[in-house]
Formats: sequence, structure tokens, C-alpha cells
Amino acid sequence: MPNCPECGNALELKEVMAHEIVECSACGVELEVTALDPLTVALAPEEEEDWGE
Amino acid sequence: MTKLRLGLLHSRLRLEEKLLIRAAQRRDDLELVLLNTSDLVLDFERLPQVDVVLDREISQSRALHVLDVLERNGVKTINCYGAVRVGGDKVLTSKRLFNAGVPTPRVKVAFTKESALRAVEQMGYPVVLKPVDGSWGRLMAKIENRTAAEAILEHKSQLSSYYHGVFYLQEFIDKPGRDIRAFVIDGTTVCAAYRSSDHWLTNAALGAKTYACPVTPELNALCPKAAAAVGGETIAVDLMETQDGLTVHEVNCAMEFKTSLQAVSVDLPALIIDYCVRAGRAARQGKDEVS
Repeated sequence: MPNCPECGNALELKEVMAHEIVECSACGVELEVTALDPLTVALAPEEEEDWGE
Repeated sequence: MTKLRLGLLHSRLRLEEKLLIRAAQRRDDLELVLLNTSDLVLDFERLPQVDVVLDREISQSRALHVLDVLERNGVKTINCYGAVRVGGDKVLTSKRLFNAGVPTPRVKVAFTKESALRAVEQMGYPVVLKPVDGSWGRLMAKIENRTAAEAILEHKSQLSSYYHGVFYLQEFIDKPGRDIRAFVIDGTTVCAAYRSSDHWLTNAALGAKTYACPVTPELNALCPKAAAAVGGETIAVDLMETQDGLTVHEVNCAMEFKTSLQAVSVDLPALIIDYCVRAGRAARQGKDEVS
């Protein structure tokens, strides 16, 4: 299992999809699943000016 | 009959998108095509082969470009370019709601800080200043007096994006500590949730709590009308309760429902996918009849 790149916490990720946004349970930072095999995460892209619903 | 090809336009796979994907994967009558705009290259001679696209793209600019290109290639898009264009701009939204006779807070629009200040003074205090293209309570200001108005308008005039040159002023509604998010699919209000907060902003993104809201006849009459006014088929309508009844203050096309799901009893992702399949089949049948 990967570690949070922000705080180092060991992440517990189950049934995730590629590009899924997950949250570190320790520090709350948003992460993106960048690869499934091996399971890899990176800090999720930060909010852009035109983001929204 | 070949399976319907449903494209899911996205770049950020949040819980909402994950639930929509699962709802689509549970069906055996469609083929799901994930269209991630971060990977997508639009080649006009070789566009994605899909029958219908559900727009779940978080970036307004990416969504508009992809939707327009695909629509001009005969793809059914939900919501369509026109609805996303209107829904992503509060001025365009407010005007359409106003023209459609949908109760909505009074609005004034200005293009300089000086004319905006005159508009604020005309409306009286407090008044709400919103970015014309914002979400999640971002850059919203409740202006309480002239001193605050001068400072806030000055600050806004210094922000770099050209969109901040549009001063969108909305009447402040003294709501009862909550507002309502209602979900419209194909002309029907399928569910709704209250969002409550001690703060005047009741966005779920800012921590508002959600709980069930009954879909009353008033709600079911108003929300589809609001959705139709902007040309949308799957729309989240945000409303406030006033002494004179409900008023619609926002309309959202790529609707978020993660927190509302805790409060509603319907399977919203499944309903959205159901509609995409119906609309996609109708569009495909229409094309077959023409050819």
C-alpha cells in the first residue's frame, strides 16, 4: 500500500479506480490514484479557476 | 441491436463519478466509455465513437469545448453545451430564470467598480456579490455597508481573470438557516435535501449538514421549470425559503450529490444513468430514422 506523499501515513485503499480522488485519513489531503499496479497515488491537482458544478 | 455506447466525460473521478460508473456497470444494455479530458485528444477526423455523453467534467472550459465538438458530430450530450454554458454563468442563468417567470432573487450586473457601487447602493444592504462563474461558495461576499462595498469592489477589480470584471450582485435573502438542493432529471424533481448551516453560506463544500426535504408540489412545479429555463436535463436546483415562497438562486449542471445522498432515499446515480440510456436510445433511433 502506498504512503501519503503529504504526511507519510500508510493509506488503506480498497477497490479504487484509476484517477480516483481519495482522501488521506490522517491529514485530509486529496490524492489521485495515478496507477493501479502497483497502486500509486499523488497529490490531486489543485482547484482551477473554472472548476465547479 | 448493438449496445448503447455511453461516454462519461470527466477528469476528476470523485465519489459521484465512481457511483455513476458502478450504476452503469450494473447494466448489460450499455457499454461505458470513460472519457478523461486529461488524456483526451480531440481529432475532428477521429472523434470518440459514442451515442451519448454524460458530462461530469469539473472544468467548465474543458466541458464546453468537448460538448460542442461532440454535439456537432451528432452525439447526444447530457447536459448539452447550451445548458452548461448558461448554467456556468450566473448572469445568463438569472436572466433565463427571470424570463421564464421562475422566482429568483433580484440581480444587478455592472462592469466597473464605480457602477457596481451605484448598483449596490440602489439595492441596499446587505447585498451579495458573487463571481459570475464560481462554485462552492468561492469568492462570495455579503456586503453589509458602504465601507465594505468600497473595499470588496476594489479588491475584486484587482483580480486578474477577465471574469472578475463582471460584478454580479444578488439580493440577500434572509433564509431560515438552510437552503434546499433539489435534483431534476428529465423534467421531474426526483429528490431534494435541506442544507443547513449557521453561516449564511450553505454549500456542502463548506460543511453544511444535509437532511431530507420532501418534494412538495411547489418544489416539483418550480424545479423542472428552472431546469427547462436553462435547457438542462439533469440539473441540481438550489432554492431558498422566503415569506413569499421558494426562490431559485442557483442552477448546477454537473451536479454534485455526495452529501445529499446521505439525506435522500432514491438511487440518484442509477436514475441519472437510466435517463442517459433512454435519451441515448431516443437519439440513436432518431438518427436511424433520418438515415
